[in-house]
Amino acid sequence: MRTAGIDIGSRTIKLVVVEGGEMVSSLLEETSHDPLEQCKRLMGQTYFDRILATGYGRHLFEIQFDVPIVTEIKAFARGAKAIFPKCRTVLDIGGQDTKAIALDEKGSVSRFEMNDRCAAGTGIFLEVIAKTLGYNIDEFGIEAMKVQENVQINSMCTVFAQSEVTSLMARGKKREEIARGVHQAILTRSLSLLKRVSIEKEIVFAGGVARNPCLRFLLAETLGEKILVSPNPQLIGAFGAAMIAQELGK
Amino acid sequence: MEQKDYRPMWKELGLNLEGHDQLLAVLGKAYKDIYLSQENRPKGMQYLDFVISEAHGLRIEELMETKKKGNKVVGTFCVYVPEELILAVGGTCVGLCAGAEIGIDEAEKVLPRNTCALIKSFMGFKLAGLCPYIQASDLVVGETTCDGKKKAYEILNDYKETYVMEIPQMKTERDRALWRGEVVQFKEKVEEIAGRRITPENLRQGIKTANDKRRALQRLSTLRKAIPSPISGLDALLVNQIAFYDDPLRFTKSIQALCDELEDRAKNGVGVVKNRTPRILMSGSPMAVPNWKIPFIVETSGAIVVAEESCVGERSTRDLVKEDGKTLDDMIEAIVDRYMKIDCACFTPNEERIGHIRDLAKEFKADGVIHYNIQFCTPYSMEAYKVEKGLQQKGIPTLKIESDYGMEDAGQLKTRIEAFLEMVRG
Repeated sequence: MRTAGIDIGSRTIKLVVVEGGEMVSSLLEETSHDPLEQCKRLMGQTYFDRILATGYGRHLFEIQFDVPIVTEIKAFARGAKAIFPKCRTVLDIGGQDTKAIALDEKGSVSRFEMNDRCAAGTGIFLEVIAKTLGYNIDEFGIEAMKVQENVQINSMCTVFAQSEVTSLMARGKKREEIARGVHQAILTRSLSLLKRVSIEKEIVFAGGVARNPCLRFLLAETLGEKILVSPNPQLIGAFGAAMIAQELGK
Repeated sequence: MEQKDYRPMWKELGLNLEGHDQLLAVLGKAYKDIYLSQENRPKGMQYLDFVISEAHGLRIEELMETKKKGNKVVGTFCVYVPEELILAVGGTCVGLCAGAEIGIDEAEKVLPRNTCALIKSFMGFKLAGLCPYIQASDLVVGETTCDGKKKAYEILNDYKETYVMEIPQMKTERDRALWRGEVVQFKEKVEEIAGRRITPENLRQGIKTANDKRRALQRLSTLRKAIPSPISGLDALLVNQIAFYDDPLRFTKSIQALCDELEDRAKNGVGVVKNRTPRILMSGSPMAVPNWKIPFIVETSGAIVVAEESCVGERSTRDLVKEDGKTLDDMIEAIVDRYMKIDCACFTPNEERIGHIRDLAKEFKADGVIHYNIQFCTPYSMEAYKVEKGLQQKGIPTLKIESDYGMEDAGQLKTRIEAFLEMVRG
């Protein structure tokens, strides 16, 4: 059976199709101002027997298409477990949420924590600060890796951090060092969330922000552990949802 | 039915009519969306629908009428205020408005921004002139259950006379003596404002009336142990909320009638949800009308709330005052004993609360506990750690939530609650 998982995030929508436990198709679109229209467009580009929705927009999708839903927490846990069978901890940093998830031996969620309301330290935060520093999001992490020193960033609120970064630039601080400092600040915040659940091996880093090489490096260095990241970490939620959809009919 | 025009009464009470109209419009819509949209509600809930629709109308008119007869209205914020003494002198005890995000601009003129939503709310209601209950009260009684409330009452006193009862922080003999002194002094205060003596006869009646109300609520609570539960958590919460301001005799009668209906439902296996719906015990800070946010999210995420370990819930109804006292002294002692049993998080240590939560989880066959505390409520937010630990030892899944009356975190809360329910279902 071909099952699909659609992860309607705050920044992008991901659609993954699974057949026989393997990912056979994956699509990604900007969420835009009209997420449902984007969902329809994605669904029109592939075919499947059954679909399951997750992510921030799952309820919208559920009402429109009358399909089952799961939370991102369960979907990311399932997706990470499918790709990395020994996974016990997942850190997922998406567009506006950070989640730390602990898995038991069987792969079920045993504990989780997520940021309460503010998008500090998430993808949107990175985007805003990268732009303030004049980087595009793909080069932001790479540039930050070029230096060893970092300038301390005290504010994790997007609005305050932006003005802090602006004033640091005005004081002549090096752009790369500020960039490194921003990554360090996000790491610190993510770690405190992780420590509240568990840091048991193996640790999977997922979500769009896991594409950032500087954060991957800092996380591995600080924890002294190998950090597992799949080639397309932003697809893990949709993949997990598609995997759960495989099991639904059984 | 044509709604009566209460505006002259509201004007006389000094309410801000324009703001009050807006408040009622918002409340009406919230009630419709949250309550009237529920399926398979017991018929007995119609009484509660009526009380809510007349909360600022007919009920206030009743209070004004009893006042005309020389009876007093006493407004309170806490389950520590002994209602028995107020009832004994023919008075009426009402819970004051503290559950909506309202009058915040006004409240923040006198309170720091980082203050618990409940405190900010009662101050906002008073300063913006939106709570008919506080306007109708002859006396407002505060208490020292937390630093925030304690200091806020000093400020509230500038706008409305506020009598403050000192709540002990421990449960030794010395503390009991302190509390006894407070009860006796409050008795004198009540006698003074009512111009009437408290006698063994009228106090016996006051104790009975308050106990009967608690008995009705205890019966409701017991009926929720049925699987599936015959009533939603939202509806049961509403009953417990309305218990604080409805006429106690009429309320008791109506809740007993509701319970008769629920008993029939339980006998016939009729519930408001399917058999295997996850059962959730809510624990923590009180939820005053119209703070229905968390139970609404829980119950629209495919679970049912089966009990509230809260001041608006078990904490207010669990214990009765002994009714066998012959003399006034006996009765005062019985009142002192009953109120000393309250396991508010303002006490230290407060291990008995953890025990109570464990017992409730077991008795109600709860699949999980959601501990909720209002942001900046230090006693409950600090105690959440011990609650979680105590429940984990028993293998009971626990989710800790900190929130306020605003809706901006509703999306994230829904994700957390749904993920918790996924975990509970396994």
